[in-house]
Amino acid sequence: MTTRKSKHPMVENQIIPLHKSRMGQGIRIHALPEGIIRTYFIRLGIKEGEYVTCFERLPGGTVIIQKNRQQIAVGYDLARQILVMVMNERQPE
Amino acid sequence: MTEDLRDRVPHLEKHRHTELGFLQTDLRIPKAVLVGNPNVGKSLVFNAISGLYIDVSNYPGTTVEVEKGKFRGFEVYDTPGIYGVSSFNDEERVARDIILNADIVLNVIDGTHMERDLFLTQHLIDMGKKVTVLLNFMDEVKKHEIRIDIDKLSNFLGVEIIPLIASQKIDLDLMEKAMRSAREGVQRRELHSSLHTMLSMVGSQAEALLVLEGDEVVATRHGIKPAAQRDALYVERRNRVNYILNQVLNDSRPRRRFPDLLGRWTVNPITGIPILIVALYISYLFVGKLVAQDFVGFTEGEIGKNLWEPWIQGLVGELIPLSSWIGTLLVGPYGAVTMTTTYLVFLLLPLVAAFYLTLSVLEDSGYLPRLATMVDRGLSALGLNGRAVIPLILGFGCITSATITTRLLNTEREKTIATAILQFAIPCSAQIAVIVALLAGAGFAPMLIYAAVLLSVLIALGTILNRMLKGSPEPLLLDLPPLRMPKFTNVVRKSFVRSTEFMKEAAAWFFVGALSVAIADLVGLLEFFQKLLIPVTTSWLQLPPEAATAFIMGVVRRDFGAAGLYDMDLAPMQVLVALITITLFVPCIASLMVMMKERGLKEGLTIWGGTWVIAFLVGGIVSQVVL
Repeated sequence: MTTRKSKHPMVENQIIPLHKSRMGQGIRIHALPEGIIRTYFIRLGIKEGEYVTCFERLPGGTVIIQKNRQQIAVGYDLARQILVMVMNERQPE
Repeated sequence: MTEDLRDRVPHLEKHRHTELGFLQTDLRIPKAVLVGNPNVGKSLVFNAISGLYIDVSNYPGTTVEVEKGKFRGFEVYDTPGIYGVSSFNDEERVARDIILNADIVLNVIDGTHMERDLFLTQHLIDMGKKVTVLLNFMDEVKKHEIRIDIDKLSNFLGVEIIPLIASQKIDLDLMEKAMRSAREGVQRRELHSSLHTMLSMVGSQAEALLVLEGDEVVATRHGIKPAAQRDALYVERRNRVNYILNQVLNDSRPRRRFPDLLGRWTVNPITGIPILIVALYISYLFVGKLVAQDFVGFTEGEIGKNLWEPWIQGLVGELIPLSSWIGTLLVGPYGAVTMTTTYLVFLLLPLVAAFYLTLSVLEDSGYLPRLATMVDRGLSALGLNGRAVIPLILGFGCITSATITTRLLNTEREKTIATAILQFAIPCSAQIAVIVALLAGAGFAPMLIYAAVLLSVLIALGTILNRMLKGSPEPLLLDLPPLRMPKFTNVVRKSFVRSTEFMKEAAAWFFVGALSVAIADLVGLLEFFQKLLIPVTTSWLQLPPEAATAFIMGVVRRDFGAAGLYDMDLAPMQVLVALITITLFVPCIASLMVMMKERGLKEGLTIWGGTWVIAFLVGGIVSQVVL
């Protein structure tokens, strides 16, 4: 499995904002914004420390994350406030 | 029968908030409530058990519809889909109150989305409600080779779990059994130590938990301050659910290749925009062409104008002279009985029904959240969340019904912006037909300018309102449900319920509207406005004086206005000016009425008045530049 070439290669365990993650990337939720947004995420099964996949990243920075069968769309403005840790470039099939 | 049920299902809650009018029913009849996340098949269960005799009403103080039915001695309620019990939006507030007043809860969960759904289940159990879980989509669970240890799950939760395929025939005896076997589930011991003090203050475990989780509404009802333990309680609950799932769930093949691929295609603009165009075109063929033109042409033109109106005029004419003012008000061209009935029954009803059918199909398929995801970034510049795409797109069909769907938006701010954009800058299908015909005759340049001007007004309006109104756009955080084939009976039933509700609410407004126009016509106000507009029309817009009549007719119906231009002898650039003005100009009477109902009198009239100003301002500027 080849990884996509990029001007800024990502290092494993590097912490990045969610909107910079790439399609197919395995990520671990590092920090969620406080308050009601956090509550929404917990209800949907996402909290700090959870492993998810970046299912899709749209032009403009909207990101869809996937955990098992659950898909969640996160708008650009919100994705910028979420920190994730890069696990690997592509999850094993 | 009822006595017997009372013994088996004793009331758990010691006291109830029966001041909530809608729920104020016979307390001796046990109340069962269907609760679940959105798109889990709750309505299918509700439809199956409650049969045809249901009672639909808007929950007091909200636009949320609640259905109530009867089933074997129980009163059954359907609630809006929610992700948790609290007070974050109208749906949640309504569901919360119904759940608080319920004796038993039937919690419908999606077997393929257990991580999300069990959180709500555990929340209900933590509230101390008597619960039975209906584990739905067992067919898909099997197909995707998901293994769920139901006995073990039942042991962990402490409640009955009933596997179900709600899209097939539902066994009613099984549903009765589900209701009768509802019981309190297993709650963490730590939860009780935190609940202890609060329980002494509010009297019921459900309410105590909500106050601990910071629910201001429930706290205020008991005259106490909400606590701030939501985060901690939620994390504990999530950990508990994850622990249970680890023990009972084995999902070895999490990938569904084709649905995943299709899901990807619908959100990515490169493939998503063509998909959107196809979806819109099919909707247009159905709503815009088949129903709005062919069917309504028959019902409004043939039945309404040719049969109903002459008949009722004849009937009224026997009693009072038609030329008297009462006669004009009742059965004149804008009469309360003639125009209103034709509009409501022969024009609006078919349109609204067709529109709700289309909306329900789009809703049940899981397409709409993906569409919202695709356009979110673009719409955020206009101060809107991706969800606002739904009313905006529907506006090209009919502004009136699109204005109702602004209810889908979460904040008042977004509802205002979306409504304003709809009423100003989006031409409806009735108008588009005439506009396209006129522009095609005028040539390519006017067509281009027309599109550019309208798009600029739309963007400018959104941007300005976004700056002007307090607050900021709500960030997009959407649960994307799996793409599924909509179920026919559910779509029809949902549309039927919504259409009847809409007609019930709209009728009164229509009579008021028709009566006002009839009075304006009677006292010569319409003619007065026409005369008033002539200077503006001739010198500022540089159009012939008759164009003023077209504008005034546009107040009643947008396509009347556009059609009025049809017979005039206009130069191509004059056509352009007239069309820009008439598109930006006031929406039809029907949309004005719906807008005032949805957004309030003040905001409705402000937007309506604003369209007068902007339409003539922009039209005039274009005229001064091109003519």
